Amino acid sequence: MTTIALTHVLILASILFVIGFVGVIVRKNTLFMLMSLEVMLNAVGVAFIGAGSAWQQADGQVMFILILTLAAAEVAVGLALLINMQRRYRSLDIDILARMRG
Amino acid sequence: MSLLALLPFYPLISFLILISFGKKLSWQLASTISIGAMLLSAGSSAVLINQLGNSESQLITAHLWSWFSLTTTQGSATINVAFYLDALSAVMIAVVTGVGLLIHIYAAAYMKSDENFSRFMAYMNLFIVAMLILVLADNLVLLYLGWEGVGLCSFLLIGFWYQEKANVLAARKAFIVTRIGDTSMAIGLFLLFKSLAQLTIVDVNQAAQLSWKIGDADAYWIALLLLGGAVGKSAQLPLQTWLPDAMAGPTPVSALIHAATMVTAGVYLIARMHEVFLLAPEVMTYTAWLGALTLLLAGVAALAQHDIKRVLAYSTMSQIGYMMLALGAGAWSAGVFHLMTHAFFKALLFLTAGSVILALHHQQNLFKMGGLFKKLPVESLLFIIGLYCLVALPGSSGFFSKEAIIAELWSSPTAGQGLWYCAILGALLTSIYSCRLFFLAFLGKARGNSNLEQHQDGHQENSSQGHLLRLPLILLALLSLFGGLISLDLSSVFSSAIATQAQTNFINEPSWLHTVAIVTPFIGIVFSWFYFKSYRENSCDNIKSSTGAISTFCKSGLGFDRLYQYVLVRPYCCIAKINRRDIIDQVLMLSAWYTKLWYEVLSASQNGSLRWYAAVIGIGVVGLAGVVAL
Repeated sequence: MTTIALTHVLILASILFVIGFVGVIVRKNTLFMLMSLEVMLNAVGVAFIGAGSAWQQADGQVMFILILTLAAAEVAVGLALLINMQRRYRSLDIDILARMRG
Repeated sequence: MSLLALLPFYPLISFLILISFGKKLSWQLASTISIGAMLLSAGSSAVLINQLGNSESQLITAHLWSWFSLTTTQGSATINVAFYLDALSAVMIAVVTGVGLLIHIYAAAYMKSDENFSRFMAYMNLFIVAMLILVLADNLVLLYLGWEGVGLCSFLLIGFWYQEKANVLAARKAFIVTRIGDTSMAIGLFLLFKSLAQLTIVDVNQAAQLSWKIGDADAYWIALLLLGGAVGKSAQLPLQTWLPDAMAGPTPVSALIHAATMVTAGVYLIARMHEVFLLAPEVMTYTAWLGALTLLLAGVAALAQHDIKRVLAYSTMSQIGYMMLALGAGAWSAGVFHLMTHAFFKALLFLTAGSVILALHHQQNLFKMGGLFKKLPVESLLFIIGLYCLVALPGSSGFFSKEAIIAELWSSPTAGQGLWYCAILGALLTSIYSCRLFFLAFLGKARGNSNLEQHQDGHQENSSQGHLLRLPLILLALLSLFGGLISLDLSSVFSSAIATQAQTNFINEPSWLHTVAIVTPFIGIVFSWFYFKSYRENSCDNIKSSTGAISTFCKSGLGFDRLYQYVLVRPYCCIAKINRRDIIDQVLMLSAWYTKLWYEVLSASQNGSLRWYAAVIGIGVVGLAGVVAL
C-alpha cells in the first residue's frame, strides 16, 4: 500500500475548500450554496483524515465522524429552511432575502 | 409711596395705555393721556424741586425695591431700584419734564394727522420714563438701564416713519454707533465694581476718594471708559456721526431727544461721576480736548449744511462740545447750567424749525426757503430769540452759561489757554453759521415756496392746532430769554470739586479775556452781514449752493462718515462676507461630518446580502492568517 504524502492531501483539501467557498459566494441559488457548503465541510474532513493517517492517530477519524454528523444536521436544518423559503418567496434566490439592509 | 418714587410711573402708565389700545384711541384721548401724564410729572417735579430747596440735607431719596445683589470677595452689594434727587438731578428732571411737557404739547399738534399718532406719543412717553430713570437712578446699574432705555427710544423714534429706507438706516446707525459707547461704559462699570465693590453712586464717589490717589491707573481707565460712554451718547468726536442722520426722525423727536435731553445724558454722567474724574486729571484733559475738537468740527460742518435740521444738529453737537469742555475744565456747574439753557433754546429752535417745515410742506432745504420773515413773522421772531441765545449775545440765557464756561477755561488746571482759544473760535463759528441759517431761511427773496400763502390760510383756519403749536414755542422762548436768570446752586453736589479747585494755584488772567469773549459773537455777525450779503438781499433770484470740494467736504461732516465707511464698515462687511458660512462653526461641524462619513461607510457594509458577508468573512480570515503568518 503506497502512502500518499500529507502535502498532497492538504493541497487536495485546499482546492476542494476553495471550490466550495467560491461556490458559496458565487452561487445565487440557495440549494447550490448548501451543496458548496458540503464540499467545504468535506474538504476539512479530507484534511483531518490525511492528518490522522500521517500521525497514525485516531483523532482525525473521530473529528471526521463529528463533521459528518454536523453536516447531516446542517443539511436537515438547511433543507427545512429551503422548503420554507420556496413556499414563501417561490424562489431560491438568496439575494431576495437581502432585506435586512442597514 | 412718595412723590419722587411715582415720578417715572405717570408716563409709564400712559405709555402702557397708549401702546395697548393704540389705534382705538382718538387723537383727543391719546394726546390728553400722554400730555396729562407729562403734566403730572412736571407738576410733581416742580413740587419736588421746591421740597428739595427747603430740605436741610439737600437731597431726597426714595427706595422702591431691591433689584438683586452681587457678591464678591470684598462683600456683597445690593442693587436697589431707588431714586436719588439732589441739585444735579433736580436740574435734569426740571429739563426732562418741563421741556418734555412743552414738546409733548407741540408734538400732539405736529403729529396730529399721522396715522400712528398714538404709537408716537407712546414712544415719547417711554422715552421720558427712561430718561427719568437715568437721571434719578441711585446706582449705576439703574442708570445704565435708563441709559439703554433712552437709546432704544431714540432708535424707535428716529425710525418712526419706517417705510422709508433712509430713516431706518439712520435709526440703525444711531443705535450701533451709540452701542459702541455703551459697551465702553459697561466695561467701565465692571471695572468700577471690581475695584470698589460698590455701585451706588454716593458710595462709589466716597470710596473712590478714599481708595484711589490722583492719577491712579484704576481711576484713569474707569474714567476713560465712562468717557467713552458719554462720548457715544452725546455725539462727540469720534462717535459723532450718528447725530446728523438722526434728524430723519420727526422734528419733535429731534427737539426732545437729540437736542434737549438724551444727548446731554453723557454730560450728566460725567457730572454725576465727577469725583472719579477728578482723580484722573488726564481724562479730564481728554474730555476738554474732545469737546473742543467736536465744537470746532461741528461748527465748520454746520457752515455748509443745506438742511435746516442738520444745521441745528451740528449746532447741538458743538454746544454739547462746550459742555464737555466745561466738564473737562472742572467747570461743573457751568457745564450743567449750559446743559439747561441749551435745552431751552435748542428745543425752541428745533420746534420753530418744525413749524417752518410744516408751513412749507416738509421742505427742509435752506436754499429753497428765503423771505420767510414776512410770511411767518411769529415763527421768525421766535427763531431770532433762539438764535440770539445760541449765539450768546448779552442778556440771553446762552450768554450767561457760555460765558461762565469760557471764563473758567483760561485758569483751569486741566484745560488752559489753548482750549480757551478753541472756545472763542467756536463762538465765532456759532455766530457765523447762525447768521447764515437766518439769512438763508428768513431774509432775501422767496425761493420755491410759492404755495406757502395758500397753505398759510388753511393753517390759520385750523387755529386750535396753530395755538397748540405756538403755545410751547412762546413758553420756550420766555425760558430761553430769562432762563439765564435762574440761579443754579450746585455747590452741594460739587462741593469736593470746588474744594480741590480752591487749592490750585490761581493764575493771573489777562483783563481782556472777558471783553474778547463778549465781543466775539458780534464780530461773527458783522462778518456774516457782509460775507453772506447775497443771502439776505432781495436782488438774487436763485442762490446756488456752493459745490466746491471744500464745501462738499464740510457738508459731509468733514468726511467722517466716509472715513468710517472705509476704515470700519467695509472691512467688517468684507470679513462678514468671508465668514458667511461661519468658519468656527465649520470646524465644529467637522466632527459631525466625520461621524456621518463613518455612518455611511458602515451602513453601506450592512447590505443584508449573505454572499457578501461570507466573502468578507473569507477575506477577513485570509487577512488574519496573513498577518499571523507574517
